[in-house]
Amino acid sequence: MFDYAEAAVEAALAAGARYADARVMDRRHESMAARNGEIEELSQEASVGIGVRALIGSGWGFASTADLMAASARQAGAQAAAIARASASVAGPALELTPVEVRQDSWANQVREDPLAVPLGEKGDLLVGVTRTMKEHGADTALAGYDIWDTRKWLVSSEGHRIDQHIVECGAQMNATANGESETQRRSYPGIRGQYGTRGWELVRELDLPGNAARIAEEARALLTAPACPSHDAVDLIIGSEQMALQIHESVGHAVELDRILGWEAAFAGTSWLDLAQIGSLRFGSELMNVTADATLPGALGSFGYDDEGTPAHPVDIVRDGIWVGVLSGRDSAALAGLAESGGAVRGDGYNRLPMVRMTNVGLLPGEGSLEEMIAATDDGILVDTNRSWSIDDKRLNFQFGCEIGWEIKNGRRGRMIKNPTYTGIGPRFWQSLDMLGNRDEWTFWGTPNCGKGQPGQIGHTGHPSVPCRFRGVRVGVTG
Amino acid sequence: MSDELLDLCERILARVPAEAEAEVTVTSGIDALTRFATGFIHQNVADLARRVRLRVALDGRVAESAANQTDDDALDRLARTTLDAARLRPIDPAWPGLAPADPAPSVEHWDAATADAEPAERAARVGAFVAAADGLETAGFCSTSGESVAFANSAGQRLTGRASVAMLDGIARSGTADGSGRAASVRLADLDGAAIGAEATRRARDAADATDLDPGRYEVVLSPSCVVNMLGFLALYGFNGRAVEEGRSFARIGEKQFNSAISLADDVSHPSSVGVPFDAEGTPKRRVELVREGVTAGLVHDRRTAKALGAESTGNAVPGLGTFGVLPANLVLEAGSSTEDALIGAVERGLLVTDFWYTRILDPRTQVVTGLTRNGVWLIEDGRIVRPVTNLRFTQSFLEALGPGQVLGVGSDARLIGGATFGVGSWVVPSLHLASWNFTGGARG
Repeated sequence: MFDYAEAAVEAALAAGARYADARVMDRRHESMAARNGEIEELSQEASVGIGVRALIGSGWGFASTADLMAASARQAGAQAAAIARASASVAGPALELTPVEVRQDSWANQVREDPLAVPLGEKGDLLVGVTRTMKEHGADTALAGYDIWDTRKWLVSSEGHRIDQHIVECGAQMNATANGESETQRRSYPGIRGQYGTRGWELVRELDLPGNAARIAEEARALLTAPACPSHDAVDLIIGSEQMALQIHESVGHAVELDRILGWEAAFAGTSWLDLAQIGSLRFGSELMNVTADATLPGALGSFGYDDEGTPAHPVDIVRDGIWVGVLSGRDSAALAGLAESGGAVRGDGYNRLPMVRMTNVGLLPGEGSLEEMIAATDDGILVDTNRSWSIDDKRLNFQFGCEIGWEIKNGRRGRMIKNPTYTGIGPRFWQSLDMLGNRDEWTFWGTPNCGKGQPGQIGHTGHPSVPCRFRGVRVGVTG
Repeated sequence: MSDELLDLCERILARVPAEAEAEVTVTSGIDALTRFATGFIHQNVADLARRVRLRVALDGRVAESAANQTDDDALDRLARTTLDAARLRPIDPAWPGLAPADPAPSVEHWDAATADAEPAERAARVGAFVAAADGLETAGFCSTSGESVAFANSAGQRLTGRASVAMLDGIARSGTADGSGRAASVRLADLDGAAIGAEATRRARDAADATDLDPGRYEVVLSPSCVVNMLGFLALYGFNGRAVEEGRSFARIGEKQFNSAISLADDVSHPSSVGVPFDAEGTPKRRVELVREGVTAGLVHDRRTAKALGAESTGNAVPGLGTFGVLPANLVLEAGSSTEDALIGAVERGLLVTDFWYTRILDPRTQVVTGLTRNGVWLIEDGRIVRPVTNLRFTQSFLEALGPGQVLGVGSDARLIGGATFGVGSWVVPSLHLASWNFTGGARG
């Protein structure tokens, strides 16, 4: 496979590129879904090909092909150079990539149980069993599913990189929907998107889907008759760690993507309210807020050995004691922003997608508190968990999130269940109201397998370590 | 190309035992996209794409596999993997069987020049857009694609089709506001970079120095891209046969759930539409009336949802949508006779909205959606635009917004919007003037 990548790079250089890199990727994806006690879908996909980047002047070109032959690889390299030449007709500022140590290496994540080797029958029985349980306990529609990705990639660059990686990812999810007269209510486990990591099938076993199926079905039904979340302009809000993962993803992770800050996503995903001139001084959140982007966390979904430019995975401080200090970057974005080095956050979704800045594992460092302490310390508040809806503006500032379930908190005790809890806020104002967060025992490495970005669209797998948190003075209960 | 792809389908079917039901889809083509931001081309890509999908049923035990390699070894592996997986599956009681042999309507949304477009052609349109912005910062993309599809199954169905589409979509940025311009067509030659850039620039300048407006309920004039966004939720959560089967749809056939001005259909034969005339299961697409003069008239189905509800497939199976169900790929909302000026002129006090952003559904049954405005919002009083306003968040039932008495005008400006919903389909829709829209907050909180 390295030979194809080398052929592509050499062809791009011969066609005039001053830098080129190529990735051969071989990915297998298996997914199964069950509904109401029956397997509804079983899909296995194999995808292999080569993608080449070429840089001519300050213009990039990218070409990809599924034909894995030396001639096709060379053609892709030449095509990437031709595309780069076309880019130069609407040229940007001069560009020198930030330096990176050139390595020849192999990397693979730890896997105890190869998920693709687990018999399909066993996996199917798991999904059938939990959906039947959910139906028996009140769900009108019970869904369960898993996904497995097994990806091998080979990177070659004109600077001498020669790196192969083998990354195995898997995870699962289930949800129960109950239909009422005029509404539906859903409960998901372990979260709306499930739980995923760079681990083997042992992750799915640890989730204990069977042990939670009855509960979530009963909760979905109970929500139909639960009172609606009251509306408050300012109330204490405790957010469970699964919802916190989404909060981090949307209002921190995307906001610190350097390509957004530079305006490269302005027409689509949007920009960022962050201004590079304020890095190191801007107060993003309270002093309890410490966020890192760390692709070295074992088993987290956003972990790897090297990004798709060959930059070794390493932790990057994003927010320290509430002050914004870092960004997610690649070699070109870092160079244009005047940074000394790439943050190693560039990945492409498959051989035929341009590598671009994506979140790695962007998460909160744990604190000293606990969920129970937060509840006990709250006289009048709301506890919410499990994301249901999410919406945020194009600068990653104004957000409104909905959760599947909530509870009132009165005088330090969890009270009645409430439905349709929503809350809204403005990023920095919200994060500056953070006054309690959970400890290491409550620290979960949540995995989001469906982050959309880029044109053509790509799906990114991102990780978000998080803990339960309390925020003061939040507007909740926004309705239509 | 079509014969070549059909031959490939036959090679795969030949690897499946005669007692199995099998269907094969082969797609091949080029997808290219030139992206620009801060006034220069920063990402520029082209993918020579190929995908082979095989689904088999062995006495009702169903499995599916896909690959992108087509040599004999790869096809052997594809067939073996799929058959092995099917043998291990329990019987699927809802398996609807294969689509029978049935010709597809004669539709050819194809332009060879677009499918074969060179990077320089896309770059030229980007350059013209940037130049038209006259110094304002710009961002967006120009894309071209040409895809050929072949389908074959063991029930004798054989279909081929091809489709091309070109899009130019961008913003100009005044420093205090963004304005958007976009167009889509089967033909790249139809896309005028300078004209689209000028439209974006005009909007950006008209939206400059926007001031805040108190949230509340307002009349709105929504552009076609906003309307596409609304229809996406109505389609996925309402007209989707799966949603009806699961009891989470609002749709009640025969009931007047919409304003009389709303007539909506899925129609690949519409002259402005794009796409091939059959779906992922080899069912030919026919015109499906979803709403006729405000009355909910139909649903979209694949073979599974059709079987569950005792209906016929409408040719709306979408690969990859999974348990979400089905989606119309070629929605057409019937245009009216009002120009944009006439729609604005009829507003007592309301807002002209260019785009929606980050819309998410809160409840599929009520169709309450939250989202934000983007790329220009203007206050209208007594039929005249008085000032630009800053972006607003809304929380609104899309069903109620289009309900009886709520649609005050339908535009004559129907246009093709590409990649309409979840990247699926290209829809043809006009602007709408609606009686009430619930804005629940400013973008600044």
